[in-house]
Amino acid sequence: MAEIPKEEFLLPTTSACAGCSSSLCLRYILKASGPDTVLVIPACCTSVIQGMYPKTAFQVPVYNIAFAAAASCASGMSAAFRALGRKTKVIVYAGDGGTVDIGLQALSGAFERETDFLYICYDNEAYGNTGMQRSGATPVGARTTTTPGGKTHPKKDIELIVEAHRPPYLATACSAYPTDLFQKVKKALAIPGASFIHILAPCPTGWKFPPGKTIEVGKLAVKTGMWVLYEREYGRLAISAPSKGAMTRPLPLTDYLSTQGRFAGITPEQVQELEGEIARRRERLLREVE
Amino acid sequence: MHTIATGNRGVAEAVREAKPGVIAAYPITPQTEIVELIAQFVAGGTMAGTYIPVESEHSAMAACIGASAAGVRTFTATSSQGLLYMHEMLHWAAGARLPVVMANVNRAVAPPWNVWADHTDSLSQRDTGWLQVYVATAQEAYDTTLMAFRIAEHEEVLLPVMVNLDGFVLSHTMQPLETTPAGDFIPPLHLPHAIDTSQPAGYGPLTGPEYYYTFRWEMERSMRDARQVIREVEEAFYQKFGRRYGPSEEYRMEDAEVAIVAMGTLGREAQVAVDRLRGEGIPAGALRLRWFRPFPRLDLAGREVVVIDRDYSFGFGGVLARSLQATTPCEPYSVIAGLGGQEVTYADIAGFVRQRRPGDEYWFGVDAGV
Repeated sequence: MAEIPKEEFLLPTTSACAGCSSSLCLRYILKASGPDTVLVIPACCTSVIQGMYPKTAFQVPVYNIAFAAAASCASGMSAAFRALGRKTKVIVYAGDGGTVDIGLQALSGAFERETDFLYICYDNEAYGNTGMQRSGATPVGARTTTTPGGKTHPKKDIELIVEAHRPPYLATACSAYPTDLFQKVKKALAIPGASFIHILAPCPTGWKFPPGKTIEVGKLAVKTGMWVLYEREYGRLAISAPSKGAMTRPLPLTDYLSTQGRFAGITPEQVQELEGEIARRRERLLREVE
Repeated sequence: MHTIATGNRGVAEAVREAKPGVIAAYPITPQTEIVELIAQFVAGGTMAGTYIPVESEHSAMAACIGASAAGVRTFTATSSQGLLYMHEMLHWAAGARLPVVMANVNRAVAPPWNVWADHTDSLSQRDTGWLQVYVATAQEAYDTTLMAFRIAEHEEVLLPVMVNLDGFVLSHTMQPLETTPAGDFIPPLHLPHAIDTSQPAGYGPLTGPEYYYTFRWEMERSMRDARQVIREVEEAFYQKFGRRYGPSEEYRMEDAEVAIVAMGTLGREAQVAVDRLRGEGIPAGALRLRWFRPFPRLDLAGREVVVIDRDYSFGFGGVLARSLQATTPCEPYSVIAGLGGQEVTYADIAGFVRQRRPGDEYWFGVDAGV
């Protein structure tokens, strides 16, 4: 296992909420990519985490761009660095709204054109920075400020959409397993072309759990199979170590749901619907690895 | 080299001479020929840049922004709906102080669908912080595109430039075109705020009320400074290539008592109308406005003014007429003509002058002539 550098590229004491999993992810992502990196960020929680002008919380350049435009901006930037003969890594770091909803067209175009970049979606399953409105990535039954009775539509499967573009590297990660995330970022950046990493990023503010429980909630997501850690290198699927247990002996889903206030009003039918989704995905992935 | 070429080819040939590192574009009628030609130049090895075939105009401008921010010369082209779809990113390119150059082939805005010449597409982008120039011949399209790179990249400007040419009447008609190697006319791009990972910085982060206005003022100061830079670059262009344009092109204006003011191809048509009117004893002159942003300071004192607008701002009036009225003392006869490619001849323009009523607005084809 590669040693994780001590060097930090996200300075301590940012304006992130207490218990923010995204700041943890950013630390490990930048440790993996090193200083010759540009982060391209659309409107998202990281727009806040970076701090206000004239200060920045990052030790790498951060390029802010309009909500729908992260992947296309990164396309141009990557082409420009290559034209200049530079190997600078271009990483889009976007939330779920900026990825599965408003940024989807640009994302699709950039992957179709095999842009040399890494696109990371940190998914807190709602529009966090504007105060937790529903996104296409919000799961069934979750309360948000625009789904006060709980969301009635299932979560959009962005991984299948990206997979349809046949990227050379696609992986999932979770902030509760930063070493796994570190290794996946390393691998993604070593492979030329367009790579995608989808991170589940538990959000104490929006999901309504105590800030001290961020890691515990993330681990329960993985152990119940609500979130599966895997990677696809040139299409070939491998289940990541932290998810292996849940592929055969998952914990009851309610262990995960009961940790969060957003699921307080979930109906038994919606729990069944989620369990059905989890089982179908598990079977699909197991069939593929066997 | 002397050739016969369309306005679109004039733009594409100039872009090849300017040697951009990244071109990101999306096709749209009647601009498509520009991106096709550039794609062919790149594929054929006569142009070294990277051509990014983006999936939308919003992405075209976003890709230009990303590339320009890395310190590379960039170009794109669009028209009408494409320009409108870019709107958000137009503000972004200007606010980020990136010298992107874009050709916009002026075309009407839908609905109803109409692919013919109209200036409402670009004039409705007038507050985005882009410099805007309107050309009237294929040669001028070539020359102005070359100048646009040098103006945009000038350290006292660092704002994007939009070169506008009328759809079909200019984009698709064949005219004489002289192309010449640009040599060192456009110096290498030196972007002072290009991304440098050895000097990490935040670009465009959240900025509070105590700073935000300073960035807006910097944009306006550069827009004002651009007037002088445009004059210098036009002069340098004249010294090197022997062709001169200026912020606006004046025709028989020295002793004119009536000035016809227009932009684009109608501004050239007006010159023919001037000759006809002079033959009738009407002392007319024509002023074809090239640079709309920054808006020129014109002196029309003591003259009657007839303004032809190929555009309209609903509930307000012709954009050019009202802009002129706001910046120089005059009481224009505002003619709305040529919308969506409506046929306007020099005889029609002469008629507008004969029937002029200072302060009135006249919709050609709608209002009864006088």
